[in-house]
Amino acid sequence: MPIMNKLVNIKINGKKIKCSPDITIWQVARDNGIEIPGLCGHPDFPPKANCRVCVVEIKGRQKLATSCSIKPEEGMSITTDSPRVKKARNFNLELIFAEHIEKCPTCIRNTNCRLLNYAEKYKIEIARFSDRKGKRKTYKFANAVEIDGSQCVDCRNCVDACSLLQKINYLEIQGKGINQEIVPAKNTYIDCIYCGQCALHCPVASAQEQTSWEEIDKLLANRGDKILVAMFAPSIRVSIGEEFGLPHGKVVTGQLVSALKNLGFDYVFDVIFGADMTTVVEAAELIERLSGKKNLPMITSCCPGWVKYAEFYHPEILPNLTTARSPHVHLAGAIKTFWAQNQKIDPKKIVTVSIMPCTAKKFESRRVELKINGLAPVDYVLTTREFAWLLKRKKIELGKLKPSEVSTPASGGDSAGSIYGASGGVMESALRTAASLICKGNKICDNRLDFKEARGMAGIKEAKVKIGNKNLRIAVVNGIGNIDPIIKRLNNYDYIEVMACPGGCIGGGGQPIPTTPEIRKKRADALYGIDKNAPLRKAHENKGVLEILKWLKTQGKLNSQVLYTKYIKRS
Amino acid sequence: MEKNILQKIKKAGLIGRGGACFPVWEKWSAVYNELLKKPVKERKCYVICNASEGEPDVKKDRHILKKFPETVLKGMMAAVDFLGARQGYIYLNSQYYREIAPRLEKIIGDYAIEVLEKPHKAGYIGGEESAILNAIEGKKIEPRLKPPFPFSKGLFGQPTLTNNVETFYNVGRLLLASYEPNRFITITEHFPKSYLGTVIRLKNFVKKEVFLFPEDWSVKKILKASGRWPLYKFFVQVGGGASGIILNSNQLNSPVQGSGSISIFSLERHDPIELIRGWANFFQMESCGKCTPCREGTYRLKLELQNENPNWEIARELLDNLSEASFCGLGCAAPIAITGYFKNVFPLISGKDSGFSGEQVKAVCECFSE
Repeated sequence: MPIMNKLVNIKINGKKIKCSPDITIWQVARDNGIEIPGLCGHPDFPPKANCRVCVVEIKGRQKLATSCSIKPEEGMSITTDSPRVKKARNFNLELIFAEHIEKCPTCIRNTNCRLLNYAEKYKIEIARFSDRKGKRKTYKFANAVEIDGSQCVDCRNCVDACSLLQKINYLEIQGKGINQEIVPAKNTYIDCIYCGQCALHCPVASAQEQTSWEEIDKLLANRGDKILVAMFAPSIRVSIGEEFGLPHGKVVTGQLVSALKNLGFDYVFDVIFGADMTTVVEAAELIERLSGKKNLPMITSCCPGWVKYAEFYHPEILPNLTTARSPHVHLAGAIKTFWAQNQKIDPKKIVTVSIMPCTAKKFESRRVELKINGLAPVDYVLTTREFAWLLKRKKIELGKLKPSEVSTPASGGDSAGSIYGASGGVMESALRTAASLICKGNKICDNRLDFKEARGMAGIKEAKVKIGNKNLRIAVVNGIGNIDPIIKRLNNYDYIEVMACPGGCIGGGGQPIPTTPEIRKKRADALYGIDKNAPLRKAHENKGVLEILKWLKTQGKLNSQVLYTKYIKRS
Repeated sequence: MEKNILQKIKKAGLIGRGGACFPVWEKWSAVYNELLKKPVKERKCYVICNASEGEPDVKKDRHILKKFPETVLKGMMAAVDFLGARQGYIYLNSQYYREIAPRLEKIIGDYAIEVLEKPHKAGYIGGEESAILNAIEGKKIEPRLKPPFPFSKGLFGQPTLTNNVETFYNVGRLLLASYEPNRFITITEHFPKSYLGTVIRLKNFVKKEVFLFPEDWSVKKILKASGRWPLYKFFVQVGGGASGIILNSNQLNSPVQGSGSISIFSLERHDPIELIRGWANFFQMESCGKCTPCREGTYRLKLELQNENPNWEIARELLDNLSEASFCGLGCAAPIAITGYFKNVFPLISGKDSGFSGEQVKAVCECFSE
């Protein structure tokens, strides 16, 4: 049990403060309502102190000090707003601005850009130094993520995200001085997994998603004979509110549906329906494998960042991945077959747009194996940020909208899959259904709903779960950076969930910025809150899902086209 | 093992000779005390001899290593023994590695000291204490965030002592009971292009020599005693050809601060703007790129100075920011020579010799007055 040092007495701007000596001056200031600007710091990483924007004066020290990296000591007297501090802070912001080509008019983060906010707040001069990165390259990673070198301010958060957090080590710093550049690793044994954590941690949208909002914007304005269908992930309902000033984790499902309708979508579906499809299909496969004692442990595959990781780094475990498709792919497949047929709509005329907390889903949507009768189930993927941008452009105030209802592909009814967005959510959902399959008929056995062992922010969650006469050894990997010990001891488990992004999808690469440990927890808690009070908590009781699965069984090859997929070795 | 070595060093008042002039006793104690905090089994530490000598116009470490390698190693081994270090490293720049490594390795024999070559591309910043730690660990060669300091978390996360060649030499002399409070001083004379009429090989023709003088002798006394007091009007840079301070010939009554070097320049024959550009360009080229004030500041300064009519106000702001907010000593040192030159030397140059227009002289005086 670590010994907490006793509190110290300091002064900030003349105000007496009692604080812990274990947190930085920057944090103490924030806790006391004093916001010190900074670009290179993030709660997910140790301080780097390279942007020098957070400098403060400490009495007795000749040079200015970075508040992000220094801890308070007894008697310290700190000034955050003297002319000397302002001069240095503003000047460094000015220098940083000259590293960043402004593409503000079409930048999806222009309403939430720290650099722009600081420029306005501190009245930074931005014309004295000419932009110096005009000729920098943009590196693109599949169709999912990109790094626009002309906008990079050299904070190195992307490198920290890729190396310290995700442990992929794909992004590197090349060159010295002003020639410093973020580049992909040249080592051919390393590859990007499209998780977008780089984009999630970038203060200025240099690392960002490859955008599709422009095409959606055009389609919405000019759809011709197309039917525009939107679907949104479980994570969106507890995250999108943040982009409109609402508290972290506020549930805004009904309003987000209205927002999509306001944008002009013809139909709006909820991916938790697809999540229920995934749960039923996957749980059935789990039971099958447990009986046949083959291809165990079974590992989830709804995270496309994880799938890319497996395909590239560990193709030998591909047979262990569940062949079930991912929730939005399941839903989109149901829409373009069952639903389209019922609505008498030509599937070719349906354009499906998936709002996802994820950048890797953009890559997933283009996988050829997913095509159903030559049609991709999901046509476009927009990140939460792109979605917020589309709403803001049209001045749609999400928080002020009246809620409305989603459509479902089959007969109405509730869906259960909200917790899919949190690390451990897929596992728990599948176990609920697996429990009912294992315990068929035994009322006491199959009532278990909560599998709290799977929940929480720990990097690895392991447990032995007793279901009926089975003891399942489960593991939940929360963030691809934690995969190593599990991959090395696969035989210790029966069923494993892997999410590439820390926190699960609520911490995904496409989520609102900032995303911090505190915010991840709020979003995840909100999902579990929805689940706790939900009218339906078991996917296998989703009437619509059961109807569709029953129908698919009568459709020959279509059944596997809609429900299952395969994986490719990519080393 | 010399049990009283710490006391001896303290009593002799040894000062670090790497340029920072930090009391040797304090540094060794800091590492020692860190080790005492740990259980005996966990006491791992390292000793590094910084022989990269990257500061321009400083050649004393080369001189000492060539002439007195045994004494340097005696001092370094004393540190290794005293601290119970698991490994020592002598970190040499490429040239010195070629010239001196074989001899050092022969003297070291089986002892736990490894002779390492500094990667050539490491440059000036590669001689900084924490950059060396990164180099040895195979990381990007740039300084580390402090705290934690190397005495507590240095090489491979362990307490690490780094001292300059001359510092270990002095410890060696102490152990041989022959220590004298002298300093090795490199004296360099820079002859301007215009003086020689043509460019010979390098941009300027320079003459370098290493001398040994009592550490409390003033710059003036050293120049006179070495026979290098110029016959022409001159100014000097003391403490390194990049980071050293600028003093005019009336300001030489104090001892040498910083690295042991005196560089002599002609007051009238050196083109001021060329000198200023020289210093600015050096730092721009050597900046590691980590922090905003240095990465951006040295670059913008270089660009500004390339103008025929530099904006001295902006130059001053860039230099001040380097001083105020840089991540490491390189950025902090960047403004020293330029501001020192404008303060102590430029006012002594008559208008027509300076090559500056009347307006520019006025602007410079306004911007660099204090």
